[in-house]
Amino acid sequence: MEITGNSYLQNEGRYNGIFSWIFSTDHKRIGILYLVSILSFFAAGVSLGFLMRLEFLTRGATIMEAATYNSVFTLHGVIMIFFFIIPVTPSVFGNFFLPILIGAKDVSFPKLNLLSWWFYLAGAALALLSLVLGPADTGWTFYAPYSLRTGTYVSIAVFAVFILGFSSILTGINFVTTVHRLRAPGMTFWRMPLFVWAIYATAWIQIIATPILGVNLLLVIAERVFGIGVFDPAKGGDPILYQHLFWIYSHPAVYIMILPGMGIISEVLPVFARKVVFGYRAIAYSTIGIAAVGSLVWGHHMFVSGYSYTAGVIFSMFTFLVAIPSAIKVFNWVGTLYKGSIEGGTPFLFALAFIFLFSIGGLTGLILGALSLNVHLHDTYFVVSHFHYIKFGGAGFAFFAGLHYWSPKMFGRLYNKKTANWSCLILFSGFNMLFFPMLILGMEGMPRRYYDYLPQYANLHLISIVGSWVLVSGLIIMFANLIYSVFKGERAGANPWGGATLEWQVPSPPPKENFETIPEVSRGPYDFTDLRK
Amino acid sequence: MNETTHITARHRDYTGSKIGMWLFLVTELCLFFGPVLLFAMNDIKYPTEFHAASGALDRTLGTLNTVILLTSSLTAALSVASVRRGNNSLAVFLLMMTIALGGVFLFNKYFEWGEKIAHGIYPGSPGLAKLSAGEAVFYGLYFFTTGLHALHVLAGMALLSVMSVLTAAGKVDKNDFIKLENSALYWHLVDIVWIYLFPLFYLIS
Repeated sequence: MEITGNSYLQNEGRYNGIFSWIFSTDHKRIGILYLVSILSFFAAGVSLGFLMRLEFLTRGATIMEAATYNSVFTLHGVIMIFFFIIPVTPSVFGNFFLPILIGAKDVSFPKLNLLSWWFYLAGAALALLSLVLGPADTGWTFYAPYSLRTGTYVSIAVFAVFILGFSSILTGINFVTTVHRLRAPGMTFWRMPLFVWAIYATAWIQIIATPILGVNLLLVIAERVFGIGVFDPAKGGDPILYQHLFWIYSHPAVYIMILPGMGIISEVLPVFARKVVFGYRAIAYSTIGIAAVGSLVWGHHMFVSGYSYTAGVIFSMFTFLVAIPSAIKVFNWVGTLYKGSIEGGTPFLFALAFIFLFSIGGLTGLILGALSLNVHLHDTYFVVSHFHYIKFGGAGFAFFAGLHYWSPKMFGRLYNKKTANWSCLILFSGFNMLFFPMLILGMEGMPRRYYDYLPQYANLHLISIVGSWVLVSGLIIMFANLIYSVFKGERAGANPWGGATLEWQVPSPPPKENFETIPEVSRGPYDFTDLRK
Repeated sequence: MNETTHITARHRDYTGSKIGMWLFLVTELCLFFGPVLLFAMNDIKYPTEFHAASGALDRTLGTLNTVILLTSSLTAALSVASVRRGNNSLAVFLLMMTIALGGVFLFNKYFEWGEKIAHGIYPGSPGLAKLSAGEAVFYGLYFFTTGLHALHVLAGMALLSVMSVLTAAGKVDKNDFIKLENSALYWHLVDIVWIYLFPLFYLIS
């Protein structure tokens, strides 16, 4: 990478080479550290998912046995959820852009920020260790009592996730404090870009929900090592309570995944529609609304676990309620496009793909939230498809939108737009080809987590497998294009898309402390009047 | 609003550090919320067994430990007050006292656990398996929760030891005492968690 000017990519610190990165407390460098480490895990997770699909090419064991398949889907889940989709947007774009977007020079606690990346690495090392010793076969949910009894190295995998929790908590604390303390003069809460709102709400969930998962995982370890018996029915314990504690965290964690993605979409759409975002306050409030109501819906993962009917009705009701703020966002995004002067760019295409895929994910979520239908669809491919539409189609595509939107700012180089547009189209088609047949498979009764299937499911599985090939080719093209651009791309100006938020007012890549003088903010984030001149 | 530029200029933000510490304490409370929730659910399920098991705990020792921990919280708070008044040596003495009281707390805890273990009651023991299911769960939660709390006491003692070194060396003084103040806040958390655990395990039944 050729570097000019006073950019953060230039090395002026105490250390040289790799050490100037892994010991850097600059929020931008930490963002890049996260980007590289998280994407490495993403590559591993995609490969595992690809192999899982390939297994379904023929009936019976195709490329792996049942026990291997159990380990593979567990690893795929653990990696994709805890190592990729939970940390990816807050840790990469949150770190890189949150301080710039509010006009600060760094986050409140730069050293803690670096520490949180080291925690991420420690968790990663432990996960790899468990992989070498013998990966867990419990599924990413580590449900008791199986997780207490299986002979695989569950404790290490669980401890890895526990360590990642520290990373998540420290990031959350850092962001909440930064938003409260380091906003530039004039940057009131109602002038913050919606991405900042999203990261702020996410940070609160990280702070409040993560410790509950943490203690739950500690209980699993204590149970395996000391046999305390709290979740073990043989010792009088109750495994349902494990599920409650698990989902008290893990459902809000879905919003840790999706809210920052929604924030990215709320940044991209107004810029490419050249129009102030429709219903700024409604989007901000709905972000908080999702964070709040989303904390009360965990029981919808447990409709068939055996709790009272009343509990089921209440959780079902809250599940329907949480659809309201999500729908408010979708309508506001579409409203933003209405009568805008739209300029099609790759980030915009990804944002449109997001809205479509997220809507399918959201609507299938309502189907699953209905008590009676859930009994039929529980633990089928319908569920698998639903959460992939939300997490990959939603959070993942939003992250890709963010990559195409912000990478010119992060590296100062533009990617090939034509290739990028094609990669978006290929990804979108591959994704739907892979996951839409799963909705039908689920309704026809194909259970999840089986390595084999009945003959009547063969055709739909085949379509889905071919879809996985298309999807993977799309990913390869997209990342090849982005990586090439980082080194060889055309130079990007300070403001390639015509954005009005603060990050577009500093050079690309941003200078070391972001701003020479802290800017004075006098208007909202989507005011394009100056750019029209 | 000029405050912002001020903060970034000197890289020190008293209020920011306090906000960060309080947020961290929130995460600690959420951590203990898990076992407390489990306790509540199991108490509803096994009211008589929980009553019996709770009665078998040593209330005198528990009360003594509560008094010890409350006193240590006082000495921790006083050490911050003395640093603010510029009296570092008194602060170091009070910190030492806090650490010592923490040690006494753990010492008592050791005897309390030891007595149960001597009776064959510890996680995974055959003695525990002979008890009723409800009592077994009670002791499982008892050992886990008080053990987790004891780890926090240890962490707090380590933290305060570092602080007493820093205070003795003058790195913490009346102009910059946020580190000590935050450490004292952590110690108060350790105290307040115990104040909830004590009635939960020893008194309510």
